[in-house]
Amino acid sequence: MSGKAYRPPEQGKAGQIFDSIFLLVLVYAVLFTPLVLGLTGGGTVTKTVENPTWETLGQNPTMAAQWEKLGFTPDSAAEMITTRFDYTIDPVALLITAIVILGYFIFMIRFSEKEYREVINERFGEKK
Amino acid sequence: MSSTDTAGQDRQRISLLRVLGPAHVWALGVGIVLVGEFMGWNFTVGKGGAMGSLIACWVIGLLYTCVAMIDSEVTSTVAAAGGQYAQAKHIMGPLMAFNVGLYLVMAYTMLEAADALVVGDLLSSVAGEMGHNALDPRPFVVLTIAALAWLNYRGVLMTLTVNFVITAAAFISIVVLFIGVQPWNPGHMLQHRELLTDLPYGWIGVIAAFQFGIWYYLGIEGTCQAAEEVRSPARSLPYGTMSGIITLLIAATMTWYVATGLLPWEYLGQAATPLYDAARVTGSTALQVFLFIGTTFAAIASANGCINDASRAWFSMGRDRYMPLWFGAVHPRYRTPYRSILFLIPIAVSFSFTGLLDQVITFSILSGLLGYTFMPINMWMFRRKWPLGTIRRGYVHPFHPLPAIVLLALCITTYFATFLGYGTQLLAMMCFYIIASLWFTFHRYKYVRRGDQFTMPWARPRGY
Repeated sequence: MSGKAYRPPEQGKAGQIFDSIFLLVLVYAVLFTPLVLGLTGGGTVTKTVENPTWETLGQNPTMAAQWEKLGFTPDSAAEMITTRFDYTIDPVALLITAIVILGYFIFMIRFSEKEYREVINERFGEKK
Repeated sequence: MSSTDTAGQDRQRISLLRVLGPAHVWALGVGIVLVGEFMGWNFTVGKGGAMGSLIACWVIGLLYTCVAMIDSEVTSTVAAAGGQYAQAKHIMGPLMAFNVGLYLVMAYTMLEAADALVVGDLLSSVAGEMGHNALDPRPFVVLTIAALAWLNYRGVLMTLTVNFVITAAAFISIVVLFIGVQPWNPGHMLQHRELLTDLPYGWIGVIAAFQFGIWYYLGIEGTCQAAEEVRSPARSLPYGTMSGIITLLIAATMTWYVATGLLPWEYLGQAATPLYDAARVTGSTALQVFLFIGTTFAAIASANGCINDASRAWFSMGRDRYMPLWFGAVHPRYRTPYRSILFLIPIAVSFSFTGLLDQVITFSILSGLLGYTFMPINMWMFRRKWPLGTIRRGYVHPFHPLPAIVLLALCITTYFATFLGYGTQLLAMMCFYIIASLWFTFHRYKYVRRGDQFTMPWARPRGY
């Protein structure tokens, strides 16, 4: 290793505890909370079928037989069968998502590059 | 903080034990991924139908082929512990490495949560069939994670030896089910002609299915995490990983064939334990018992491997000061990263308690996907900074940059697939990584020793 090495500060116990708690809070606030509040998950729609039968639910006799082996009746299976994903695309939401992902990678590559130059300069010495 | 067990403060640092062979590497890789055949893969059926699921399995298989090609070149050259995390440190820089480490931790911790959730759900479901309705699955979730964390705490050799036995038993249960449904006699038990339908959502459903298509293979690259504890990494890692991929391809093919021939796609697309349910409809008690054991073992093996891998990645980041140094400690007696193991337990338990299997899985998939997006960028930079011939490479993958372009295109398509149906969750995951990156850049990075991040005996990278 060449050049003047960067000497990082030592982090005390309190700082380490604070950082650990921060990471836990981040996981629970950003990932866990939306999950338990029902803000995430499959974007689905469910069609209601009055007095469902296997036929009105679009199930042939083989399918109906398998449902029954699993312990279902047309009534109890109706919601599973009629729940479908809604793949309607909201262009604004798609654009925002694309910008967020792209922005994240651009930010990460640029700052990594800056930090990487510091690593290389300390490892190999400043370039003449 | 003790001075004897804290990394960085003691020059004679206690290291992890080198005790593992190829069978343990196989058990680690397959143990983590095989559970994907028992649960989770079937959500591809929900998003795109049974045929859509098969197409997703093939296309995502191409994604993993590109991952394997790129990873083989970089891993065989970056001979440092830590897998993709070490690659990012040497090729792209600390912030990228921090993110890659975090991808690994989150992918494995969420998978562990999903595994424990399945164990709880399965026991609750079996209890219901035996007349004990409304059995609370949560105590089983806690018991599973606590027992496996204890096993991991006590030592890696015992942990992965247990994994080898239970993973082999789980794989055998898939083979037994496949033989039990008599695939040579179509129409007797397997009813593909009557149960397979057209694409229920058309081709957009097929693309949407790519999201859970990742689940067929997610985690196999985790074998690299054992590099520091393998007796002969150059021999054990390729043997263990290649035999693992072959095992998974065989298991995935049998799983899709059996499940789609026994269950209506609407049920299959939402089932928590599809292979166990497939065994139920055969009417054979023996098959049902086999698949109960197989599903339980697969989920336990996967959770076990996930605790192992997530804690190693967290430990590595602690040792490099990307995380508080306290996590870089090795247990003085058991030689395991015990603090990292304990720290991640509450996160896994909490997410298991939600009972939202598809969403917990989605968090795991997204972290894996971000890691795969890093790979083509990393590959381009690797070839630009050290062109062929400037450093010794263990392996040079052919057709560069084609695999990198295909991998990036498939990753972008899979982000779009996740947006279809799980868009809010995709944004939540991105917010998590953006905030974590800001925290690292503007706070944590000041504790990192710059020169220590580059340990390979290579020439100075071109352009620096």
